[in-house]
Amino acid sequence: MAKHHVTTTINGEPVEFLCSTRQTLLDVLRDELNLTGSKEGCASGDCGACSVMLDGRLVCSCLVLGAEAEGKSVETIEGMAEGDRLHPLQQNFLEDAALQCGICTPGFLVAAKALLERNPDPTETEVRYWLAGNLCRCTGYDKIIRAVMRTAAEVRGEAS
Amino acid sequence: MQSVQFEAPGTVEQAVALLAGATGDARVLAGGTDLLVQLRSHMVDPALVVDIKHIEETRTLVRNADGSYTIGSAVAGAEAHEHDRFAAEWPGVMESWDLIGSTQIQGRASLGGNLCNASPAADSVPAMIAAGMTANIAGPGGRRTVPVEDIPVAPGRTSLANGEFVVSFNLPARPAGGGDAYLRLIPRTEMDIAVVGCGVALVLDAGGIVTSARVSLGAVAPTVLLVEDAARAIVGTRLDDDALAALDAACQAACSPINDKRGTIVYRTQVAGVLARRAARIAAERAGSR
Repeated sequence: MAKHHVTTTINGEPVEFLCSTRQTLLDVLRDELNLTGSKEGCASGDCGACSVMLDGRLVCSCLVLGAEAEGKSVETIEGMAEGDRLHPLQQNFLEDAALQCGICTPGFLVAAKALLERNPDPTETEVRYWLAGNLCRCTGYDKIIRAVMRTAAEVRGEAS
Repeated sequence: MQSVQFEAPGTVEQAVALLAGATGDARVLAGGTDLLVQLRSHMVDPALVVDIKHIEETRTLVRNADGSYTIGSAVAGAEAHEHDRFAAEWPGVMESWDLIGSTQIQGRASLGGNLCNASPAADSVPAMIAAGMTANIAGPGGRRTVPVEDIPVAPGRTSLANGEFVVSFNLPARPAGGGDAYLRLIPRTEMDIAVVGCGVALVLDAGGIVTSARVSLGAVAPTVLLVEDAARAIVGTRLDDDALAALDAACQAACSPINDKRGTIVYRTQVAGVLARRAARIAAERAGSR
């Protein structure tokens, strides 16, 4: 069967790719476009390591078909830093040791950014529930939550 | 494993023609949170996938002039949350939808998918049934509207005929004195499959007497149940202890659950009664607060 020719926008840049129906958006990002920041953990929507923004909404890219990206805007972890300047969440994940093996980290960062854009002043409970679809087997979550809370405070202009 | 044709039609008629004309298994794609997992694990091997999200009717949640709602079958829970009145008017339907998966899943998962995946443990289905929702189905024979409870017929099976799909749902206007609630039991705080789910919608008169009710149970039978005996047990009462005991008993009597790692038959049956009592009380509080 002929492959689908998909025209989309990824991290603000127009991108075209070919994919078969069975290829997920995650497969396309990693295998066709060499955007390997998004990780495959479970391939069933449980772990969140493949989190991306699709038309401004947080989704698991393993649960989106590549063909569905036609005409859509996709934001991945590769678009988070501006050149050499890390996003405040990225900087604080480093400073607060909110990662160990790092496989879950791109998904956590994309998801946390989506939360802070929607709610700049979340409670710890709101952060924990929002990020409950992102699994981490290293950190025990506490440092991740603290890094997100500290970033939120900094972005609001409050001393941390 | 065959190659799969993918289509994203812009109209209901095109979608029906594609589904009806498929030479092998055809699957409807809404949010994809079940379908993509099934594709990946080879539980399904379709010849055709039809993405219905380019059809306007499947993607809109509208409050009509009479206070009723028309909810597109592919609208995601996160989108419903952003409607200014829906969650306040039908909190039970909204909370059932909210309980499905993580933030990421809620950005995609739809009522149409949750219903047509036909899991007996589907969280939104008891709330939809309790609320009296109906489904607008399109197919080769035209359109028809059926109660939500008539769609699942067995685990993973629906009453939809070849070529048919659910386009949207109708949710009645919330009646004066009306309230609804959905509760489910899982062994952790969120993101698990229901051991039991219970939706209750009821109407109280000015004196606090239940004038009508619908009670629905999930995960205690091969399909989600509308338990008419449970509704009869509370209509005409003030939800006093005797009425709640009768509700509990009627729900337990309706159960025919399985034993599995999430719960035994005895446990599920007892929990069904307990959840029904609690959901009825919450629905009544919500009815009384308006």
